[in-house]
Amino acid sequence: MRERLVVVGNGMVGLRFVEEVTRRAGDRFDVTVIGAEPTPAYNRVLLSSLLAGDVTEQDCRFRDRRWYLANRARLITGARVTAIDAVERELLVEAHGVVPYDRLVLATGSEPIRLPVPGMDLPGVITFRDLSDVAVMREAAVAKTPAVVIGGGLLGLEAAYGLARAGGPVTLVHLADRVMERQLDDGAARIVEATLRTKGIDIVLEAQTAAVEGNGRAEAVRLADGRVLPAALVVVAVGVRPSTGLAATAGLTVSRGIAVDDALATSVPRIHAIGECVSHRGTVYGLVEPGYAQAAVLARRLAGEDARYDGTLLSTRLKVSGVPVFSAGDVTPPAGADVITLSDSWAGRYARLVVSGQTLVGAILVGETRHAGFYLDLIASGADVSAMRDDLVFGPPAAVATDTPAVAVAA
Amino acid sequence: MTSPSDAVRTTCPYCGVGCGILATPNGQGGAAVAGDPAHPSNFGRLCSKGAALGETLGLETRLLHPVVDGARASWDAALDAVATRLKTVIRTHGRESVGFYLSGQLLTEDYYVANKLAKGFIGTPNVDTNSRLCMASSVAGHRRTFGGDVVPGNYEDLELADLAVLVGSNAAWCHPVLWQRIAAARRARGTRVIVIDPRRTATAGEADLHLAVAPGMDTVLFAWLLVQLADTDALDRAFIAAHTTGFDETLARAREIAPSLAAAAARSGVSEAELQAFVTAWRGTDKVVTVYSQGVNQSAQGTDKVTSIVACHLATGRIGRPGMGPLSFTGQPNAMGGREVGGLANMLAAHMGFSAAEIDRVRRFWNEPATVTGEGLKAVDLFDAVADGRIRALWVMGTNPAVSLPRADAVRDALKRLDLLVVSENVASNDTLVAGAHIRLPAAAWGEKDGTVTNSERRISRQRSVLPLPGEVRPDWWALSRVAVRLGHADAFAWTSPAAVFREHAALSGFENRGERAFDISGLAALDDAGYDALAPVQWPVPRGTIGGTARLFGNGDFVTPDRRARFVPAAMPALARGTSPEFPLRLVTGRVRDQWHTMTRTGLSPRLGAHRPEPFVEVHPDDALRFGLVNGGFARVETAYGDAVLRVVETDVVRAGEIFAPIHWTAETSSHGRVGPLVQGDTDPYSGQPEAKATPARLSPVAMRLAGVALSRGPVALPDGVWWARIAVAGGWAWTLATDRPLDALVPAVEALFPEREQAELRDPAREVFRSAAFAGERLAGAVFLGPAGKAPRWETLAPLLAVETLPASARLSVLSGRAQDGAADCGPLVCACFSVGRDAIQTAIAAGAADAAAIGAVLKAGTNCGSCVPELQRLLAEVPRVAA
Repeated sequence: MRERLVVVGNGMVGLRFVEEVTRRAGDRFDVTVIGAEPTPAYNRVLLSSLLAGDVTEQDCRFRDRRWYLANRARLITGARVTAIDAVERELLVEAHGVVPYDRLVLATGSEPIRLPVPGMDLPGVITFRDLSDVAVMREAAVAKTPAVVIGGGLLGLEAAYGLARAGGPVTLVHLADRVMERQLDDGAARIVEATLRTKGIDIVLEAQTAAVEGNGRAEAVRLADGRVLPAALVVVAVGVRPSTGLAATAGLTVSRGIAVDDALATSVPRIHAIGECVSHRGTVYGLVEPGYAQAAVLARRLAGEDARYDGTLLSTRLKVSGVPVFSAGDVTPPAGADVITLSDSWAGRYARLVVSGQTLVGAILVGETRHAGFYLDLIASGADVSAMRDDLVFGPPAAVATDTPAVAVAA
Repeated sequence: MTSPSDAVRTTCPYCGVGCGILATPNGQGGAAVAGDPAHPSNFGRLCSKGAALGETLGLETRLLHPVVDGARASWDAALDAVATRLKTVIRTHGRESVGFYLSGQLLTEDYYVANKLAKGFIGTPNVDTNSRLCMASSVAGHRRTFGGDVVPGNYEDLELADLAVLVGSNAAWCHPVLWQRIAAARRARGTRVIVIDPRRTATAGEADLHLAVAPGMDTVLFAWLLVQLADTDALDRAFIAAHTTGFDETLARAREIAPSLAAAAARSGVSEAELQAFVTAWRGTDKVVTVYSQGVNQSAQGTDKVTSIVACHLATGRIGRPGMGPLSFTGQPNAMGGREVGGLANMLAAHMGFSAAEIDRVRRFWNEPATVTGEGLKAVDLFDAVADGRIRALWVMGTNPAVSLPRADAVRDALKRLDLLVVSENVASNDTLVAGAHIRLPAAAWGEKDGTVTNSERRISRQRSVLPLPGEVRPDWWALSRVAVRLGHADAFAWTSPAAVFREHAALSGFENRGERAFDISGLAALDDAGYDALAPVQWPVPRGTIGGTARLFGNGDFVTPDRRARFVPAAMPALARGTSPEFPLRLVTGRVRDQWHTMTRTGLSPRLGAHRPEPFVEVHPDDALRFGLVNGGFARVETAYGDAVLRVVETDVVRAGEIFAPIHWTAETSSHGRVGPLVQGDTDPYSGQPEAKATPARLSPVAMRLAGVALSRGPVALPDGVWWARIAVAGGWAWTLATDRPLDALVPAVEALFPEREQAELRDPAREVFRSAAFAGERLAGAVFLGPAGKAPRWETLAPLLAVETLPASARLSVLSGRAQDGAADCGPLVCACFSVGRDAIQTAIAAGAADAAAIGAVLKAGTNCGSCVPELQRLLAEVPRVAA
């Protein structure tokens, strides 16, 4: 008798878990996957590229429905899970009724935050989360509709970049004095900002949104200082929060995210959670990599292995508006730490290392990230870097000699 | 390659050797330079400096138009201003309130016109020249003993001699081509070489015997030699009797100076054994040449040193014959020519002094009643007179007294007091110009000049123009003549070519000269312009009716004193002008380095030449380094009663304990704290007026530097106060060595602003006090500065190649800041061979791999195979580096 394994959430982490578990223990489980979106899981990371027109929707797909069939996984799309009965071990699913489970994995991800200001519900105000958002944004950009993106974090930058690339006039509004303030220091942020400006994006920093205004639909964003920015499209990208409503209602312990232990078990037996919806050792990860790691660990556990998840070193390694950016570890220097910076703002390159005592504790790279793995390893291992301290910012010791370009020296 | 027929035969502008050069214009404002195989001074050889002349022909640093009161002016306006203001000064303060300070770099024609204008027509005797700092003591010694300023022998004697004694001459570095001729003779005939020098110079290191004489005590050695010659019956009594006077008194004085071997040894600082070896070699060798240079001349008793040396030659009749005689090596290309025209304040013209008959003769020749009637102020006194207001107008030509005079800071200050400072220069900026020149006249430089020079062996050679006069540059003789015309002397200054000036000069040398004056070139007075253009190198005298010149003088005992006898001159008891004291316990010896010349105006433009000694330094004996708490490679403040400098410490036993050596080349243009002229005392020789530049009491103290660094620039940059810097030319710009005792935070704002380019790459590591910045203009490096903890700075040699490349891809910008070699090639260490740009590391590698001698190194690396001036350093490295067993 196979156990009934139900996965709630067909996002990137949910799919990865299904892949892992069917590969490792396909004969032990009947797998059901329930997703709220109408399509199978797709690559959400590529949404801004899709918006920019750099990739097609096809490029964003992972597995088609035949794959699920072939792997004995039942896929339910376009359906919301409205309740969990942990005692009876069953779910209530919109339009599908009751779905029983022996084991439940919550991979509900996160949901965009909306601002508590007037006008958020006007037509023309959207978030940037899924394929349907991209469709709306592309349409607006192609029509040269003026757009305001609220939020200068990674997501907002991606939205603004995508809109600009798609051809629309874009203004980025951000509360802090620099973009991506949690991942980037001032020097790095300035480089990213400069890059955005060269793409035609107007950036308004230290700007608090007071309201979205419009007669029946969005027409402008009004800032607290009184400035009014015309906007037929308003993209709210001020952050995401873990989707925990379902879990909370079912009585699972929630602390920002669904609390899980190193076994990725929730407070309720037979219910696990992975991905952006969880809180592990107090950390909520807003990135896909930790979710993948959790998916793998959980699949191995369900396959009978004694795998444990002990956290993921927080690192960001992606392209922000076409600029490779890497951020890892503690980029806000602790007291007494040394900060080494290497910058070439004209060429859009920046590196910042935080050295505390004899170890590297944080790194930011912008524009040139080929040594990201080297720094990540040093941060993760806590290796003594004092011997290579003076050249550390130029990459691994061997790279200093071999990566420097050949320059013809006049005889 | 251009064919040799395009090459212009000319003469090198550096030292007094006077090497012939074949210069081939490259059609782009430069020229390829090679030694002239047909020139009898060098037979095709060139030293590292001469060989690099082609690198020094750029116009970037040149003064290309007249400047009056800081504003560009036409020649007419500038010449009018000079004339008008001279008239005003003369009217207010008298003729003698006008001074001229000339240079051994002037051509004879320029020199002649300056001297004629000043002494003949303005009527001021206050004309002196930087030759006063160079070989005035030799002039005085020659005049006192021979009756005229005559070098009796020639360079060939170096090859014919069996013993060459070099006194105060680092010929291997300062006259490399003559040293090469000596070296060739050693190989060919086993000539022995004795070097008398307080320092174990490159020359001394190569010698068969090195007498590390105490500063100023050379006279003791030659007094003892004279005594020994007398006491062992080695004198030529017949020659003494027939051709000299004053021998007995001179010998008696020599016995006082050197009463015994022990006393002579103690007084001279040379061991008894070495002293006797010297005497034995000298006495036992008929063909002995005694060479002397700045170590003899730059002394408050320099004239006595010269007469003491000459005395030994006179006493043995070893003079004016092949392979024997005293031979002064002069420092400048035309020091001798300046002496010939009368450029020194104690000469009138054409080897004539201030006797009534001579004054009358010159006055009649020039047809000008204003001609002066007595000696003028010699260099040191001339600038004292500037300081105290007796001199109100000064015309400086082709020299940089604010750097090179003793007490140079005081000289620099004094220049500011002048009512009129005219400077004829070919550079737009130097310490003298900056001191406050009212009128700047753009002078022709080597390659453009056209005229004659005379070398150390009385050989007159043509300097011919290779390149056109750039901008509004004009020859000095022309500028002087045009001022003379404005002063109302059109007839006397009506020449239209240097040939015409030369003819007049030659005519004056023969005017009423029936052999009284050795300097007689009247045989050349009738040269037509074509003949002048084609003039082959010739040694004076060239009396009327002859053209072939004269190889040697005085061999027949016929001197040019009134009684035709040479004079023995008793020397004073040798003593330095100033003693050391608890306050100033050391002696500062000044001198030159191998690849630079004077104040680097020209050699400083050559990347090759800058690399050998890139920074101003002080050589300190290890005992003194310990005593004064100095660190090799660190910095020391050198102080004298007159000034101070901060110099890189080079710990070496090349200098004697108690003595320190610093080179003279650095100026305020090339270093922040490297001017050595201000340290030097102004005490002068009573006969020659030459200052004692090699024995100033001094003290040392360590200067701790917190940070060190390197900067690269395309042109001038203003480094912040509190930063020690020295600058050299590199391909594509300048490299700067930096050091400071200030914290990084205090410097960063100023350093960040060094380069105006907006595109800057930066490395900041404030915890380690590291700041590195590179500025770019497009894909070209505009400049860079690297600052970090002392001892951890990248080497300029590693970084400088970045300036040589025109495009640096964006991807390479940050790696520039790594301070590592960019070409992947091994950094080859400090430069040793300038001719082939071979570094120390490469040589050490070759030695370690088995190269057993300099020739073997040359076979592998070419080092030392051209000018040979690095061979002493190759020998030193050979002695240091362990070799693999053969």
